[in-house]
Amino acid sequence: MDISVINPILLVAALMGAATPILLAATGELVVERAGVLNLGVEGMMIIGAICGFAVAVETGSPLTGFVAAAIGGAALSLVFAFLTQVTLANQVASGLALTLFGLGLSALLGQSYVGVKPPKFDDLDLGALGEIPVLGPILFSHDIVLYFALALVAAVWLVLRFTRFGLLLRAVGENHDAAHALGYKVVRLRVLAIMFGGACAGVGGAYISLVRVPQWTEGMTAGVGWIALALVVFASWKPWRVLLGAYLFGGITQLQLNLQGAGVAIPVEYLAMSPYLITILVLVILSADKSAAPASLGRSFHASN
Amino acid sequence: MMRLEKRPQASQGFAYATPLLAVAATFFFGGLLFAALGKDPVEAIATIFWQPLFGEFAFYYRPQLLVKGAPLVLIAVGLSLGFKAGIWNIGAEGQYIVGAICGAAVGLACYPAQSALIFPAMVLAGALGGWLWAMIPAVLKVRFGTNEILVSLMLVYVAEQLLASMSLGLLKNPEGYGFPGSRNLQQYPSAHNAELIAGTGMHWGVVAALIAVIFAYVLLARHRLGFAIRVTGEAPRAARFSGVRPVRLVLFCLGTSGALAGLAGLFEVAGPAGQISIDFNVGYGFTAIIVAFLGRLHPIGIVLAGLLMALTYIGGDIAQSQMGLPAAAIQVFQGMLLFFLLAFDLLTHFRLRLGRTEAV
Amino acid sequence: MTPLLSLEGLTKAYPGVVANDNVSLAINPGEVHALLGENGAGKSTLVKMIYGLVKPDSGTMRMHGAPFAPPEPRAARAAGVGMVFQHFSLFDALSVAENIALGMENAPKLRDLSRQIKAVSDTYGLPLAPDHLVGDLSAGERQRVEIIRCLLQEPKLLIMDEPTSVLTPQEVEILFKTLRKLSQEGTSILYISHKLEEIRALCDSATVLRLGQVVGTCIPRETSAGDMAEMMVGKVLSVPSRANPEFGAELLSVTRLSLPPLSAFGMPLRDISFTLRAGEILGIGGVAGNGQDELLSALSGERRTPPGAIALEGADIGALEPNQRRALGVLAAPEERLGHAAVPNMSLTENAMLTGATRMGLEKNGFLNWGAAQDFAREIITAFDVRTPSAQNAARALSGGNLQKFVIGREVLQDPKVLIVNQPTWGVDASAAAAIRQALLDLATGGAAVIVISQDLDELMEISDRFAALNEGRLSEPRPAEGLSVEEIGMMMGGAHGMEVAHV
Repeated sequence: MDISVINPILLVAALMGAATPILLAATGELVVERAGVLNLGVEGMMIIGAICGFAVAVETGSPLTGFVAAAIGGAALSLVFAFLTQVTLANQVASGLALTLFGLGLSALLGQSYVGVKPPKFDDLDLGALGEIPVLGPILFSHDIVLYFALALVAAVWLVLRFTRFGLLLRAVGENHDAAHALGYKVVRLRVLAIMFGGACAGVGGAYISLVRVPQWTEGMTAGVGWIALALVVFASWKPWRVLLGAYLFGGITQLQLNLQGAGVAIPVEYLAMSPYLITILVLVILSADKSAAPASLGRSFHASN
Repeated sequence: MMRLEKRPQASQGFAYATPLLAVAATFFFGGLLFAALGKDPVEAIATIFWQPLFGEFAFYYRPQLLVKGAPLVLIAVGLSLGFKAGIWNIGAEGQYIVGAICGAAVGLACYPAQSALIFPAMVLAGALGGWLWAMIPAVLKVRFGTNEILVSLMLVYVAEQLLASMSLGLLKNPEGYGFPGSRNLQQYPSAHNAELIAGTGMHWGVVAALIAVIFAYVLLARHRLGFAIRVTGEAPRAARFSGVRPVRLVLFCLGTSGALAGLAGLFEVAGPAGQISIDFNVGYGFTAIIVAFLGRLHPIGIVLAGLLMALTYIGGDIAQSQMGLPAAAIQVFQGMLLFFLLAFDLLTHFRLRLGRTEAV
Repeated sequence: MTPLLSLEGLTKAYPGVVANDNVSLAINPGEVHALLGENGAGKSTLVKMIYGLVKPDSGTMRMHGAPFAPPEPRAARAAGVGMVFQHFSLFDALSVAENIALGMENAPKLRDLSRQIKAVSDTYGLPLAPDHLVGDLSAGERQRVEIIRCLLQEPKLLIMDEPTSVLTPQEVEILFKTLRKLSQEGTSILYISHKLEEIRALCDSATVLRLGQVVGTCIPRETSAGDMAEMMVGKVLSVPSRANPEFGAELLSVTRLSLPPLSAFGMPLRDISFTLRAGEILGIGGVAGNGQDELLSALSGERRTPPGAIALEGADIGALEPNQRRALGVLAAPEERLGHAAVPNMSLTENAMLTGATRMGLEKNGFLNWGAAQDFAREIITAFDVRTPSAQNAARALSGGNLQKFVIGREVLQDPKVLIVNQPTWGVDASAAAAIRQALLDLATGGAAVIVISQDLDELMEISDRFAALNEGRLSEPRPAEGLSVEEIGMMMGGAHGMEVAHV
């Protein structure tokens, strides 16, 4: 084996890419959970985003249009979840699972004719001289626009949650929906909006896998990234900046194990491939002690029975 | 305007009717889906639901109902205990895989010895393997408060990698000319989970599923532990007040569902599948979640739901070969069923009212 | 004078019950108007209609003579109606200022809002720190948050729903001063209560509701409490009584019991000690959230306690589980009926099984005898006059009073040695409350030791032999209940919480 083939600069640059799908999905789910809703369908929404984005990008030749379609696809699927949990008051755990199972099936159906197709190439942004800076250039300034969008999104979510009235409302609804209702706020409407935002983010995250990371379409290609994103929200104690940290940590592990596979390390490929999941479990164990940050109404159904 | 009004008690009638309503709605929208795929919806639904039971080759398909239904029921019964108590094991697929690996490993280790003890030992090993795999989320939950949903699910991916590693490495058939996959247990009489009555599809897995159903029924209806499960699911605080120990319940529910999933995996690998291979698992562990909900988490309901779901698998295969209906369409169909079930469940606990309520 | 708010013929029906039937009343500017009635008389529904949370089926409301029909609370607030809820509509994990901002239409920036909060809290003598988390505040302080939230909107009408149930006597005095000041400044107050002495001390006029209808109006200062009670309840209630109590041997002793809090905003138990003799009733008062739930959990066995802290007849029971304690005769009835004392969606038979399995012999080798459980449920229903079609009905379907009778009856009929009850008559109508109190007295007469935890001081004074109060997880030294003055009780409950801020 030859560890020296792993270039640390490229590794760090690549881990930002590897982290982006998780980062997008987890940021969306964070907003959903801050509004008091637990949507376990992230995996399903991601895979729908992956195929919608892929198909539209192939048909239009424009990856950006693909990403928009992925957001719409993810949000559309999340509406099914919103209807089940907010209108018919179905159990959120069961509805989220249903969403994932359904999304996996539907994506396979939609993607039949796209197996083996190459998507249009998605170019990195040309940041001119910035990209030329040694070390920092390749790490920070040689990426595509969706990656920067994901970073901006984390900042935006942090700003909105922390400093705006809408963010305050969202947190209030997640904390105590009965009190929010008593004050006259539309609990269900706010939650549906949050759920759709989460769906759109997951969709874009999924499309990032099929259009940038892999880039091709295979069934079930999200391979648990949606579930890792869910774990990440717990890891982050529902704080946006910690989502960023966590996503880069997972991105790093994923990228490192891929690089180790490539370097032909003596560990069997299967065991390297297990590592992101095992590390997710490990992180969950370490961080589960502190549940105090969880929104108090998380996962509870709301019905305004006067 | 339509309003929802909480019923003073859950409606018994709707509790029974919602699964039927959900099936009817799924037929309708599934038909639309098939039509959208350019297939004749009536023919597609008839192919899926009629042909396996009453078609020309029904004699071949009917036994398949038991073969496919048994693992679903076996897993779903275990899951339903936890789901009732609000303990969410969604990693049955992983426990199924590990059960199969452990059981098969015991059998393969004994090859080529012949003994009546080998198969029982495999059964034990299978149950133990699933149990151990499920004990990981259970112990982490009671010890560290870790979310069992995420851990059990993560372990599915770990188990899949383990399965790949086993079929390429430790359990690979030494006489298999380098192809991945273990020896075929169907050709090893002491380890083979053969049909008990030829041509019926009846194997030990079916027997185990029936025993599990009866066990779960008695437990839930008559036993203190079953009562504790129901109370915990309805009102965790009341359960603690009445003397339920949540820790024990988590260990029991996850352990039992894991052991049953492991058993299902063992019966499958030693019977219908025959060998450990990379693509051994076909999603029974996930479909069983649908089966558990469709059966309303009730043992008898689960039997019916398991058979219905087995039917969609078999009929789906027929529709795939005869009509070119994609396999994924059946997966969508199953997912839809769960959606409609969850949506219609509303009618059990709420009353729909049209317009304004009049003064009583 | 045009009334500020007038209601005419308001009617609101829910399935199976008419909450308000043709209710009319008028409130003048600056008037403190009492809305008086038992639990379930329809007071809450009426104010929810004024606040825009519920739409009346028929009838009209007028404000300053103009039609007033708020479609939502926002509209009511804009029209000058403020409401302080009985169960606070507050958010534990948010700060005081954020909570207040949520209740305002055009909330200023948090920094400016904090300044306004300080100003209002100084003016009205309601000290409050804007940046504290609400979850860390005492019940009295939480109420101040709600009041200041309303006052910042300069309301013309302030609705107060049972405001004193969470206050110590000293805090009640402070609240009344604030309300009188507001009324002098011209703000009308609609004051909801069933506590007659308070209404006589504070209110200018009163409207009495019974079963959703207005049954009378009066000037509280000129009407005796007895007359108002009769209007409210419709009949003269017998005061619970028992023969001269005789105390036996010491049954339960609690020594230096401490427990950490369960959650971030939970209350620890701190160094609690007391003893209890057979035949004795110990009343434990205190404002909600000062360790009542935690004390009951420690005694019932829901939470295990350190060795040596809890002993029954000299034997340590701190490590025993709830059912082992039940076998020894230590029973309990928690405050929250739905979800703690009973399972809402389960039948009364199943709920009888919930705590009766061990002591009533309803199980054998782990197998449950549902026939026997049903007999036990029926026995409770008969003995405690629980109004329900059958033992098969879900607990949720029962009214609060009936379910409470069932819950208390379930424990009393198991012949306890020691019974601990928390808020035995909360949200229960007067006749059911009287029946429950009598049952507890009879139990003590029969030789059981009883601990009654309650926030209703009148109730505790009526039935307790000794009285103690919980404050911040500490229990005051129990003292004979007879002859305790209101001031003494108030000091045991911790006086006025959080007032030290005012003197800075």
